[in-house]
This record gives sequence, structure tokens and C-alpha cells, in this order.
Amino acid sequence: MFAVAGAAHAASQVQTTRSGAGAVISTSHSADKRVIPGTPVFDGEQAMKGYALNAMCYSFNDELNRNEYRADPLAYCRKFTLSAEQTAAVLAVDVLALLRAGGNIYYLAKLAGIHQLNVQDIGAQQTGMSLSDFKTMLQMHRAI
Amino acid sequence: MAQIVGAYFTSHVPGIGAAIARELQQDDYWRPFFSGLVPVRQWLSEQKPDVAVVFYNDHGLNFFLDTLPTFAVGAAETYANADEGWGLPVQTAFTGHRELSWHIIDSLVADEFDITMCQQMNVDHAVVVPFQLAYPQASSWPLRIVPIAINTVQHPLPSAKRCLALGRAVGKALRSWTGGERILVMGTGGLSHQLEGERAGYINNAYDLFCLDNIKDNPGALTHHSALDLIELAGTQGVEILNWIAARGALGDAPLRQQSRNYHIPISNTAAATLVLEPLGN
Repeated sequence: MFAVAGAAHAASQVQTTRSGAGAVISTSHSADKRVIPGTPVFDGEQAMKGYALNAMCYSFNDELNRNEYRADPLAYCRKFTLSAEQTAAVLAVDVLALLRAGGNIYYLAKLAGIHQLNVQDIGAQQTGMSLSDFKTMLQMHRAI
Repeated sequence: MAQIVGAYFTSHVPGIGAAIARELQQDDYWRPFFSGLVPVRQWLSEQKPDVAVVFYNDHGLNFFLDTLPTFAVGAAETYANADEGWGLPVQTAFTGHRELSWHIIDSLVADEFDITMCQQMNVDHAVVVPFQLAYPQASSWPLRIVPIAINTVQHPLPSAKRCLALGRAVGKALRSWTGGERILVMGTGGLSHQLEGERAGYINNAYDLFCLDNIKDNPGALTHHSALDLIELAGTQGVEILNWIAARGALGDAPLRQQSRNYHIPISNTAAATLVLEPLGN
């Protein structure tokens, strides 16, 4: 069996210096939940919190809805009755904040796409790296 | 009597679809991945499967969080691809195989798998990209499909052990199908990658190689980890290995041959892999 501890080194890559409550997403879970550093788990608690936000992002599968959002993002957030926290995170396109607000990455990717951000752009944003450094970090896994 | 010709496993990174649309297959970045498809295409041209049973995960095209099945079996006449929201060109629809779908459904429920049945089902890049890779020149897909979606989005996820059992039960259904089709099994997604959180960009080659080395002869070795273990080991999206495990299960217990294997880091944020296994008797 492959030991789970084999992944422990990954924790060293995680930024833990961000200030403010809830900077490490997993800590918002109740005390008995398993925490994997830097790694949000989209469970029932997050699903409840993020339902409206994810519903809004799901609507972006339709070009008409993407255009309506582009025309007035704030009005579109209100249409989906997002919370103040969710609305602020959407308007800032702040992925870590969106995750804390219950966003699921598969749906958030549709929002990011509207802002011309792909998964590498949002990877760089979440890790605090430049896009170039983030890509270099991925390439460094190659040599084994 | 139906014959299972083997299983084709591949990553389904959306960026692959974008690279195909931009004809970047020979670009330095993409060539090491696309070159792994050459033996797959050769093998498929020899095997000429008529129908593919595809284990995959939907990423918010067909299923929203309002109603999210753990295991969903397609029983549709056609499966359309559609706009996923971020600009991938929409691909040609697939033709279904409803009789085989219902045979699989009947057999699975008789074996106490409480699956969801879908007579209307769109399929996203997790189904489309592997077919684009396998049949790059096709103007229409040369085989019919039965898609089987496994939830990798909303926790709790099914366990690796349960996915292997599901795959074995699907394999049992395929072996009892009396039609003369040549059946391809597919498992899409993975290997290690993580899109979200401060650990975004996480890759674990050691775990990936453990999977690639064991899935042929010792798939049970991949079932000792819980879904949260898989996330820790393979990343939040690395849990797509569940699709591979189910597909492996469908090949059954007979000895297998590794027909081809390719592993390349990175494609987008992903450790990308392609694998073909076939029964030794073929």
C-alpha cells in the first residue's frame, strides 16, 4: 500500500503566511474534520454555503448569461441573491475568497473564464506566484 | 458474443481540446503528450471497437449540485456536447447504444448497485477529449458509447473500493451481453493535479507511478485509500483516478497485457497519462 504520508512534503509548498481569519480554507471546517493543508474539500458544509454562488456560475454555461454578467456583474450577483461576502469575492475575482464563500472550483472555472483566466492563471493567483513561476514549479515535477 | 477488446485510459485536461483546436500537437510543450497517442490510435485501428463504455466525471455541464448522482449510467439515443462556459469548441454528438445501456443498468441493479438512469445526458470534455485524441481525423465518431458518470465533485465521493466493484459489475454485464459488438472500456481523467487552494499546482509523481505500475495486475492496491486519502495523495482533481479504477474493474480478472503507456508532466496543471491494457488472450 502506498502510504498517505508520502504526500506530506506537499504541505511545505503551502503558503501559510497569509493574514486574516480563514486564510487556510480547511480551518473553517468543524474541529473533527480532517484538514489537508491548502486543500479545500467541497463537502456538505461548503455545498450549503455556496449553493447560490455555484448556481450563478453554472448559469455561465449559457452565452446569454455570460453577456448579462459582463454588462453588470453586481446586478447579476444580486439576481442570484449572493451574500455580501460572495459578491465581494466575485467582483474581485479572488479565487481563495470564492472558495471560502462556498464556491466549487468546477463552477468557479466558468466565472474565471469570463475574466479570461485559465486554471494556470488562477493557480498563480492562489499560490501568490507569478504565472511564470507557477509554470516553472509545475515543470520541476518532471525530472524523476 | 460480445468481446471486450481492452481499456483505453487517458487524462482529459480541457487544455488538450484547446490545443487541438489551435493545432499545437507538434508544439514542444504538447508533443510529449500527443506522441503517447500514436500507439493508441494504431491499436484502435486494429481492434475496431463498435461501442465504448466510458467511465468519466461530469464537471458541471450535465449535472448541477441540485441533483448529483454518485453513479449515473447513460441510456440516451444521443449524447450532445455543449458549451461548458469557457470557450472550448463544441464537438459532434455521440450516438448511444440504448439496448446495451439498459442491459448494463438491469445487471447493475440486480447486483445491488443503486445507480441513476439517464435518458437525456450531455457529455463534457471528460468524454469528448479522449475521443478527439483517439480519432483526430473523424468527422463523426466511429463507435457508439455508453457513458457512466462517477461523482468526483461533491463530497462524500464513492470509495475506490466501490468504484472497482462497480467496474467489475459492469464487466460482468458486458460479458453476458449476447450481441456481437467489440467493446472498448474507457477511463478518463487524472492523474495527480489540484486546481484550487493554496496547494494549487500540486503533483505527486510517486503516487501516479504507483497507480500506473499496479493498475494492470494489482488494482486492489489502489483501493486501500479513502477519497480524502486520494485528495491528499493525488490532489483535489487527482481523485479522477476513480474513473480509471472503475474501468480497470470492467476488464475482469483475466491476465492483461500493457499495450502502451505514456506519462508526462505537466499538461496545464496536470500530470498527464495515457495507458492501454488488453486481455492476454486477444
